[in-house]
This record gives sequence, structure tokens and C-alpha cells, in this order.
Amino acid sequence: MAITLKVNGEARELDIEPDMPLLWVLRDELGLTGTKFGCGVAACGACTVHVNGQAVRTCTLPASAAVGQEITTIEALSDEEKNLTALQQAWIDHQVPQCGYCQSGMLMAASALLSENPNPTDADIDDAMTNVCRCGTYPRIRAAIRSVAVG
Amino acid sequence: MSKYSRRQILLGGAAAGGALLVGYGVLSPSRQQVAQAAHGSEDEHFVTQWIRIGADNKISIFVPHSEMGQGVLTSVAMMAAEELEADWETIEVIQAPGEKIFANGPLGQAFLSNGATIPSAIKGIANFSTFKIAEMMNLQITGGSTAVRFTGHHGMRPAGAAAREMLIMAAGEKWNVPLVELEAAGSKVVHKKSGKSATYGELATLAAQYTPSTTPPLKNNADFKIIGTPVPRVDIPAKVDGTAQYGIDAKVDGMVYAAIRQAPVFGGELVSVDKGDIASRRGIIDVVEMGDAVAVVADSYWRAQNAANDLDVEFTAGDFGDVSTESINAQFDADIAANEGEADVEKGDIAASLGASYTHLDAVYRVPFLAHATMEPMNCTVAFNEDGTCDVWTGTQDVLGTRGFIASVAEMDDDKITVHPLMLGGGFGRRSAGSPNFLAQAVTLAKQVGKPVKLVWSREEDMQHDYYRPAVTAHMTAAIDDHNNIDGWQNKYVRKDEPVEASHIPYAVPNQNIRYVESEVHVPYGPWRSVAHTQHTFFNESFADELAHATGKDPYIFRRDLLKDKPRHLAVLNKVAEMSDWGGALEPGHARGIAIQESFQSLVAEVVDVSLVDGAPRVHKVWAAVDPGYVVNPDGARAQVESGIVYGLTAALYGEITIEDGQVMQENFPDYQMIRMADAPVIDIAFVETPGAHPGGLGEPATPPIAPAVANALFSLTGKRIRSLPIQNHDLTDSQHLASAAD
Repeated sequence: MAITLKVNGEARELDIEPDMPLLWVLRDELGLTGTKFGCGVAACGACTVHVNGQAVRTCTLPASAAVGQEITTIEALSDEEKNLTALQQAWIDHQVPQCGYCQSGMLMAASALLSENPNPTDADIDDAMTNVCRCGTYPRIRAAIRSVAVG
Repeated sequence: MSKYSRRQILLGGAAAGGALLVGYGVLSPSRQQVAQAAHGSEDEHFVTQWIRIGADNKISIFVPHSEMGQGVLTSVAMMAAEELEADWETIEVIQAPGEKIFANGPLGQAFLSNGATIPSAIKGIANFSTFKIAEMMNLQITGGSTAVRFTGHHGMRPAGAAAREMLIMAAGEKWNVPLVELEAAGSKVVHKKSGKSATYGELATLAAQYTPSTTPPLKNNADFKIIGTPVPRVDIPAKVDGTAQYGIDAKVDGMVYAAIRQAPVFGGELVSVDKGDIASRRGIIDVVEMGDAVAVVADSYWRAQNAANDLDVEFTAGDFGDVSTESINAQFDADIAANEGEADVEKGDIAASLGASYTHLDAVYRVPFLAHATMEPMNCTVAFNEDGTCDVWTGTQDVLGTRGFIASVAEMDDDKITVHPLMLGGGFGRRSAGSPNFLAQAVTLAKQVGKPVKLVWSREEDMQHDYYRPAVTAHMTAAIDDHNNIDGWQNKYVRKDEPVEASHIPYAVPNQNIRYVESEVHVPYGPWRSVAHTQHTFFNESFADELAHATGKDPYIFRRDLLKDKPRHLAVLNKVAEMSDWGGALEPGHARGIAIQESFQSLVAEVVDVSLVDGAPRVHKVWAAVDPGYVVNPDGARAQVESGIVYGLTAALYGEITIEDGQVMQENFPDYQMIRMADAPVIDIAFVETPGAHPGGLGEPATPPIAPAVANALFSLTGKRIRSLPIQNHDLTDSQHLASAAD
């Protein structure tokens, strides 16, 4: 069945089942492998992208539910010239990633938080950042978010 | 698989920490030439096996370890660049491909330094060059916290030093001046008298013609320019924009995808598969029966996994369908009681100590099985090519070992197989070569289907078919003499794991008997971050804490008094007490706990601050004092300590794989809980360096002390002694504020 999704600003026509999770559409159909598979049950957040600016876990989100929405992945977090966002630069400055596998999801969750709440408290960060990092980079993620918070 | 454990080889050497038997075999000229033929060019010359210098002065350092977030590419390359007198800006770091020329001599040397652990299979060749041994043993392993302490210290530093000598010799020959008048710095050689200067790139062609020294002089720590400075990790930029390529991201022309369901009981077999309408579904290519598993191959991973989930499959339970966590623990207790076992430590006269009219303390300690739960589920992509070769893409802690394993499964020669090492979405021991179930499956599927196959495990398969941190039980007994001193320490446990010294205690206790009993279970074991140190540090440091309280001593003072002859232990213990203001005022409802352990040649003491929040333990802050000998990349080192603490804290608070009806009960993150942002403690780290000491590892040593530190703090808080993990299984709410009664 033909489905059109708007991914990173581009309309993409896809011949897929409507219940294929957005994660696998991105990874296997569109080759956008920056978004990661972690659990398949929306428990770890490795698959987080932006849907209309909101952080959404895509491993359980049917493609049909994303039709007509603005989908943004880690590949398009920076601008068209590939200049990193302040948040991505903070991730480098704070040497956040270790294995790095969860970090696309972490960055998408953190950037959605900051666009809604430019000066989050620690409690706001705790509430918004519920993704799993097995390497335990949480203290650095917190520090990186705080370093770009406005206020 | 070979009968000896690759991990054991590493850790055996670690235990000995002895002198090296041979020179730097890694600097073999033959390897340099082979590397040149394979990865050099007219403009790029290998001056030693791991260092290639381009005419444009770009210096490539090939690191024979896998990057799994521990920063190994950076820290190990820093050690070569230091001795090379390179400008870090001219350095490019490359993860060495899975080829024998990059095999890791220093790891071979590390185990050679302890004759007792040389596997019988290669004993007869111990006097070969270490290169030969590394090659035969396929050592390109990442694990055992070995990269900096072996590869870096015994391999990369000498390699860099030898290359520097060769470059200076080249300049001397070129300008016809005495070598003593030449200086190497900033990737250049300078002759001050004449004002001549040449980049390493300009000298590389000539330098490559010399034979590297096997005994180049190394720099004094005081002269380090790169080591000890915070160098940004080279692997990080690709991890903030989605471009880093992990095993699961492999993309090969004509590739198809496979999902798998394995017998839920270890040792079970496939009986039947009802395929229903699966074959007629969109994209399904094949349903492959594999003995103990069934796989669905499709044109997309989701289609394959969906179909696999829908298959009606029957497996046998093998011989183990009635095994449970409870039966395993009962078996351990019975085997400990019935068997004398083998000794780890026998010191003094334990029978007399335990037979005397002293005060005796008995305790049974347990830890459960643990899954690694790497964020990236197991996966492997295999392509058999028309020309009889095979390509493999995966994230592995052991590139050459993976190649050897694939070769044995595919019944091909090693040299027909290329392993493309991609980033690891977590290792922690799970992706070591002794744990290869998913690799074998990918090979079988690619052969069966006749196309390149990417096999991806679901999270459920990953959690239920791991090689687990073993469940371990320890029966502890101690004797307190009439003067309130610890006179005897006995520990009889199931089961022995590596490293061999993990069960030892650092304390001056005159009579000791530490022994183990084997007790086989059907659950597969594998190395898990810090291996046997995780269980033994929980047992020993908790039981030591019991003894401190039993003798009415402060847990810090108790340890300090028994470590008088261990200056490095004392230094980290005193440091962590100072950092945490041990004994100072606490917030109401808070308590502190302390623990210490030496592992992988590093010493770590930790103090934690805890309270109960809504009845559940909450770790607010962790202080860690760490002595790794010397620190190579300070910020990277700090990151490893943070990581080790959080990884260990997840296990301490939540980690438990349980067995019922022979199979693992946990399926996914909702029932195998992790520390997340809101539970993550503030972590304060101090490094205590010991000048002249051999460098210790840092990937693992911060993990062991955290569980006992937390359990000890909770005892101070609640009066309840936690003798089994995870802590979440214990109800602490009925004992709150009983601390004064317990003390």
C-alpha cells in the first residue's frame, strides 16, 4: 500500500504495510540508520525521533499514524550545511557518548525538551529524559543539557 | 571453540603482573612489511606494525582493539603518539581490521608472564616470538581492561618509541649528522645546529627501511606531553549526528534480513514449526529450521520478526525443564556442604580459629544471574561471495577470534574470511568471542539462503539467550578473637570464575581459607563487566562490613586498620573518606556505606550516600577514589569510572535474571530494569596516581565496589543486612530508623 511520509522535510512515497513501525521504515526502507532499535516495546527510547517537534518512540508507532506529520530524525537535527546544533556541540564538549548507541535517541529527546522548555530544572530533565543508556552517561547528558539551557 | 578460555588467558596475565619474558615481539620487521603490502602505498609507509606515516605527515595509528565506548581508540593511540613525539593534530586513529598482522603481541606477552596459565594447547611453543603466539591465538581481544595496561603500555609506547628512533636515524642519514644532535618533537625532526628540519612524512620512506628496535628507551612519566592531558575522543563526533556505523547498520548489496526464535530452555530442541500462512506473506523468503531455533528470512527485518513471532513453534525442554532459580540455589548449598572443593587461599590454621572459643559469624551470600543487555541487540551480517570468500559485519570485542570462529563454523580457511569490525552498541563482555551463538546462526542462514543475510535478535531473544554473569553462592564464616580482632576468614563458594584472585581479601587476617566447589548448571556463563570481581566484592566487602559492626568499629576505620601494609589500598581508602567527609554530618534520613576492591591492577574505593525515597533505596551521591597507576586520558578515564558505577548500580538495585522451568523469565527492559536519569547519582571522582606503577585497567574496576557500598549504607540506614542481590527484592520499609539498634 502506498503511504507518503514527510521525513526530514522531504515527502517520501513508500509501498509498505500501514502497520510497519516508523522505526523500520526509517532504518530499512529509507536507510536512515541513525535511529536505533533497542527494545521494540517503547521502553528504552533508542528509536526516538521528532514528530511535529515532539519526542516520539518509533518502534511501536505505526507508519500510518505518522502520515501528514513532520518527522525529523537525528540525520536532520543539524542544519542543511551539517552545522551541529548547540546541543550536539555540547554533547561533544562534555564528551557525552560512550558506546553511543542510545545517543541519537537521547539527543532527540533532549532537543524536544529544550524547544518546549528552554530552561529545564533537574526535575524537568528527569521527567523528559527517560531513555536508557547502558554506559551510564546520565551525568554528562544532564551537564550538556544544562550548558545550553537559556536562563 | 578451543577448550581454554580466551578471557582466562588475559586475566591470567593480569593476575601475575609479572615481568615480561621476552622483548617487544610486536615490533617484528616481518609484520611491518606485511602491513605495508596490505595497507601501505608509495606515499604511506609503515614504520612499525601499527604506525603508518604519510608523505603529507598524516600519521595513522592502527589500534588492535574494539571501540565500545571506552575510548580505547583515543587512549591507546595517545600512548603511541607520546613516545613518537607526534603532534596530536597529525594523528589519525584507525581501528585495525581483522587481520593477523595486527594481532596483539602484548596480550600474548601478558599471559606468557604467568606460566601457570599457558593453555596446554600451546605450551610447547612458549619460546616462539610473541608475535607468533599472538597470531596463533588470534589475539585481537578487547576485554579484561587490557587495552591501556597491556597493549598501550607494552605495545603502543614501545612502537612509538621505536618509530621515533627510526625517524631520527633517517634524518641523520639524510643530513649526514650525528644522531645525538637531532631532536624529535611535534611530528618533526630538527637539527638545531644547521637549522634543518623535516616532517616525519618527509622521513618516512627512509625510516621504514630500518629495523625497529625491540628495546627502545621509553620516556619518564614526568616528560609526558600527551599522556595525562584530556584529549577529545576520536569516536565521539560520529555519535552525535547519527553517522556512526554499528553492526546493526551494516548494509550490503542484495542483503536480506533474518529474525530468530530459539529454544527457550537452554539445551532444548526444535520439535515442529507450523508455518501457517507465513510463506505467503509479503516479503517472506524462507523459514529455516536450525536444530535449536527457527529463523524467518524476509526482505525487511520487521516482516521477518513479525512472521517469526506468529510462527507456532514447539521446542523440547531438553533435560532441564524442571530447573529453577530456587533449585539452582539449593543445589549450590548442597554441593558446598558436601564437597571439600579446591583452595584459592589457605593461610594460617583456619580449623583452629573456627574451633576456638571465639565469637563466630556465619552468613550465606548470593548473587543472581545477570544479562548484559547491551543497547544494541546481537546481530551479524554474513555474505558468502562467488569467489569462495566470506565477509562478516558485526560489532565484536574480538575481531580475529570472530574470524576464527566464523571459519570453523563455515568450514573455511581463516584467510578467506574478512571481518569488518563496526562500532559496538555496548560490549560489557557480551561481544567477546566466547559468546558466539548469534554468529553461528548468521553463517548458517547465509549459507542456506544463498544471499547476504543480516540476522538481528529481538530484545527478548537477546535477554533470554545471553551468556550470563553466573549466579554464585558463598558460605562465609569469620572468627573474632577475645581482643576483638578478626582471627579467621572462611569462604566456600560456588563457582570459580576469572580472574583467579577475585575471591581474595586484602585484609590482614591471620587465618584464611577461601575455596570453591564446582556445581554445574545449564545456564550459559560468560564474562560480564569485571567478571568474578562483581560477586566476590559484594560478598567480601559486605561481610567485612558485618565484621566492622560486630566488633563495634567504624567501617572505614575497620578497613584502614586491616590495610596497614597495603599503601595503595590505604591511599584510595583515605582519599575517598576525605572526599566524602566520612564521619561528618549527614542529611536527616541519609546514611553512608564504603567498599574497596583492587581489580585489573587498579584500586577503587567508593563511598555512597543513600536514603529511602517512598520506601525504595535511592543512591544520591557516589565518591570514588581510583588509583590506576597513571592516567592516560583523564576525562576518558573519568567517563569509564562513571560508567562502571552506573552499570554496577543497575545490577545492585535491580539486576536479576531468574530461571523457571529451565528458562529465563525476563524478556525486555520493563522486567529487567535499568538505572535511568532520575535514579542516576551525582558522581565525584578523584584519581590517586602511583608514580612508577604499572597502569591498571579502567573499563571494569569501578563496578565491583558499588553493590557492597550501597548495601553497607542501607545497613547503616535501616539495620537490615542485605546478603543477596538485587536490593529491590528486600523490603526495607519495615526496618527504617533501626540503625541505632543495630549498631
